[in-house]
Amino acid sequence: MLWAVAVLGSKACLLSLRPVRIAPATTRIVALPPVHSRTPSWTPASMPQQQFPFSAIVAQDEMKLALLIAAVDQSIGGVMVFGDRGTGKSTAVRALAALLPPMKAIVGCVYGCDPQAPGSWCEACRHVHARTPPKSHRMAVPVVDLPLGATEDRVVGALDLERALSQGVKAFEPGLLARANRGFLYVDEVNLLEDHLVDLLIDVAASGENVVEREGLSVRHPARFVLIGSGNPEEGELRPQLLDRFGLSVDVKTPIDLPSRIEVVRRRDDFERDREAFCLRWKKEEDRVRKRIVAARQHIAEVIVPDAAIERAAQLCIALGTDGLRGELTLIRAARALASLDGDGSVADAHLRRIAAPALRHRMRRDPLDDSGSGVRVERAIGNVFGP
Amino acid sequence: MKAAAASDEDRQRWSDASLAATLLAIDPAGLGGACLRAAHGPVRDRWLEMLRCVLPDPSRMRRVPAHISVDRLIGGLDLTATLRAGRAVAQTGVLGEVDGGIAVLAMAERWTAPAVALVTAALDTGTIALERSGIASRRATRFGVVALDEGIGEDEFPRVELLDRLAFLLDLTALRVDLGDEVPADLGAVARARARLSSVVVEDDVVELLCVTALRLGIASIRASLLAVRAARALAALGGRTRVEECDAASAARLVLAPRATTVPPMEADAEQAQDPADAPEDVEPPKDESGATEPSPPDEREQGERDDADSPPEDRVLEAVLAAIPKGLLDRLRDGKALAQSARSEGRVGAARASLLRGRPAGVRRGDPGGGVRLNLIETLRAAAPWQRLRHAARGGEALRRIEIRREDFHVTRFQQRTQTTTIFVVDASGSSALNRLAEAKGAVELLLADCYVRRDQVAVISFRGRGAELLLPPTRSLVRAKRNLAGLPGGAGTPMATAIDAAVELALRVRRAGQTPTLVFLTDGQANVARDGSGGRERAAAEALAAARCVRSERIMTLFVDISVRAQPQAQSLADAMNAHYLPLPYADAASLSAAVKRVGSA
Repeated sequence: MLWAVAVLGSKACLLSLRPVRIAPATTRIVALPPVHSRTPSWTPASMPQQQFPFSAIVAQDEMKLALLIAAVDQSIGGVMVFGDRGTGKSTAVRALAALLPPMKAIVGCVYGCDPQAPGSWCEACRHVHARTPPKSHRMAVPVVDLPLGATEDRVVGALDLERALSQGVKAFEPGLLARANRGFLYVDEVNLLEDHLVDLLIDVAASGENVVEREGLSVRHPARFVLIGSGNPEEGELRPQLLDRFGLSVDVKTPIDLPSRIEVVRRRDDFERDREAFCLRWKKEEDRVRKRIVAARQHIAEVIVPDAAIERAAQLCIALGTDGLRGELTLIRAARALASLDGDGSVADAHLRRIAAPALRHRMRRDPLDDSGSGVRVERAIGNVFGP
Repeated sequence: MKAAAASDEDRQRWSDASLAATLLAIDPAGLGGACLRAAHGPVRDRWLEMLRCVLPDPSRMRRVPAHISVDRLIGGLDLTATLRAGRAVAQTGVLGEVDGGIAVLAMAERWTAPAVALVTAALDTGTIALERSGIASRRATRFGVVALDEGIGEDEFPRVELLDRLAFLLDLTALRVDLGDEVPADLGAVARARARLSSVVVEDDVVELLCVTALRLGIASIRASLLAVRAARALAALGGRTRVEECDAASAARLVLAPRATTVPPMEADAEQAQDPADAPEDVEPPKDESGATEPSPPDEREQGERDDADSPPEDRVLEAVLAAIPKGLLDRLRDGKALAQSARSEGRVGAARASLLRGRPAGVRRGDPGGGVRLNLIETLRAAAPWQRLRHAARGGEALRRIEIRREDFHVTRFQQRTQTTTIFVVDASGSSALNRLAEAKGAVELLLADCYVRRDQVAVISFRGRGAELLLPPTRSLVRAKRNLAGLPGGAGTPMATAIDAAVELALRVRRAGQTPTLVFLTDGQANVARDGSGGRERAAAEALAAARCVRSERIMTLFVDISVRAQPQAQSLADAMNAHYLPLPYADAASLSAAVKRVGSA
């Protein structure tokens, strides 16, 4: 439900020639249909073309695993994918959209608030559903693509220009951050995005709330999403502060073994020729992965994290000299999600080992001139802590 | 004889180019497009004309200038229409308009990273995603790209991420236009091929064949193999075949893979065959009537291939076809392993081009008056004015004006990035005298400074000089790991061509400045010039030339730090530094901290 802050042209406004800030006390919440209802093409369900199936991606296991973990536990804090050109970074993220099981949302809420979690509701939902229980419907988990060239007004939301021009109504038009609430926000080529937009995204991703203070609007709404970025390291390095905000960081490389390369070309070509037939062929596999995610989500709370595992994680982080406690936390969370994905009841060394590199490689105090590669350093530390 | 050979080669290049145009017309979106390296002129026009002839809808071939605005490229708010209608009206960008056709990118080597990223995103997804100025839309579009590359020299070419997605990299430089008289396939043939395209079967062995060939040619990107597969399919469709034959694979490999080769595998059997590919009397036409024959190979070789089939697997035959398509000069360089420079070159370009786009990168919008170089942001101004329109009209006596009233307090201006990027150019003396003295320490000092640059997000470039010349070891980049690697492998020894080094440094600095960045030069040398510009020895002349070159640094007002790395501070170095108007720092007294401080001081001066 879109809400407008105030309607201009009231008597109060006529008295003054200067623009008037309407005091919050007189704020009327006006339900207006969102502008997007006319252009609903952005929902994953009606994507213009069928996406390449997630399970049909050849190799790139680390990237796929990281994305699955983020899908199981959204509190992991985002995934950053570094990689060469043409390694299927974008393909994997866009494929994730088709894989996610649908979620329940309050009918009519632009932010897709969760009917079962009143604490996370937007102001409109809190207001409207204060007494009456909300109706809910199933919707696809939003996987929102932040396209290059996006302007700030479309990202954070802004005054609805059309309504303002034609009706003189001061209405808030939610942006991409609103749409991504409870889902994923994907930024391809993060290093090409304007710096102020990147800062803004990082800030909102961390706080889970988008605060808009512009054009006389003062709006805040929930914006809890998993940020997924991708970029090519050759284009320049990302700021370390920014990198640290991502829960997992994976490096993808072009496969160099012939069978994988052949398989990549073959599947891609099959897909391009007949998308529907290709997706149909992979449907079984896709369903299997989807079930795995659903099961993992259900059982993640039951996964036991033994003290020994926490100790191991701490040892690893000390050995690598990571800053703060974020490394340990992410490592444990990711290992728990992994255990849940594997159907294991408790976190073991094997889980920590598999996820240590993506969870820690971007958190080590960085020597910009050490070209041995952070992945190698993590491997070394794993060897020292866990034994060969 | 030589002229005849040359014209044969030209004919060959023309027929390849014409075949590429035909294939592009058959499957523009699948093949991505072509990069056409040629100066503005009749040759280029001839090729574009060829392409236009075979396109089903020539009106869908649109020229896109390099300076196109984002709104026109992918779409956005149509301001005029919006104001007239009083509601938001969207406009379609050029990339949406060329759906089903070809976007011709003019001066592709000048396209900036953000603009190229918009094009590649549309190519990859077949969709234009728009989130601009209050408009959110998705529009499907499938098109091919022709990048007109007017670059000169090795370090000027379109961005790698674009080239990676284009099937054909055509080099038509220095080609005789009168030889391009070949008529590409007619429209009917193209239409039939288009219809047949999706039913052409590509067997697994063809895919394998093309992947193997790409790997053996040292092509890292998988996209190249994929594009070759698609080219092979288009070739088969053109030839009226229902499955891709080896001859299609061979032609596809020579068209798509040959220009991307970075290495040549050793082939014992056909050393002399590949030695003079130009002499091979080949005539590759679009495979219209031939079928099943390995047509890009000369007849004798084909027979040979058939005779000892066990000896010569299809991979080798395809590879031979590719090698025959690589110009002799390049082939020799590839054989010598010198073409590694190509991959380094392409990486370096990324850094350099990136630099040029940072100028005027918008960094948000704020309230304020335009003028004095500050640009008005119309959309945001309108947005700010919009809510008050009724009120203002009412204040004017309730006239129902259609005009929009904008007041000064509505003005919003685009804020540009204040901080200009600095590129620190290290000019490292690797001559004998330095090497004896303290090349290792100089390297250490540079590493320290590099770490410093990392903190400040500067770009760095490294020029080294010894013997007869100066070498750009590392084009401007932010990748410090590469900087360090290049530096570590820096050999020492030989004379000190001081003047040449200063010339090279100034040239690079000016190039950096043209790209809108601030160059800072850091010389690490003992200043003992003993090689003149022409490579001859003689201290006196070398020193005089060096001084003259140094004055050039002063006249260009380039910030310079001169670190004297000789054991004892030299008057010669001091006078050079003075001529440059440089900050002079003798290394014997310079520890890490003071060096870093000096660079910072020079950089911020």
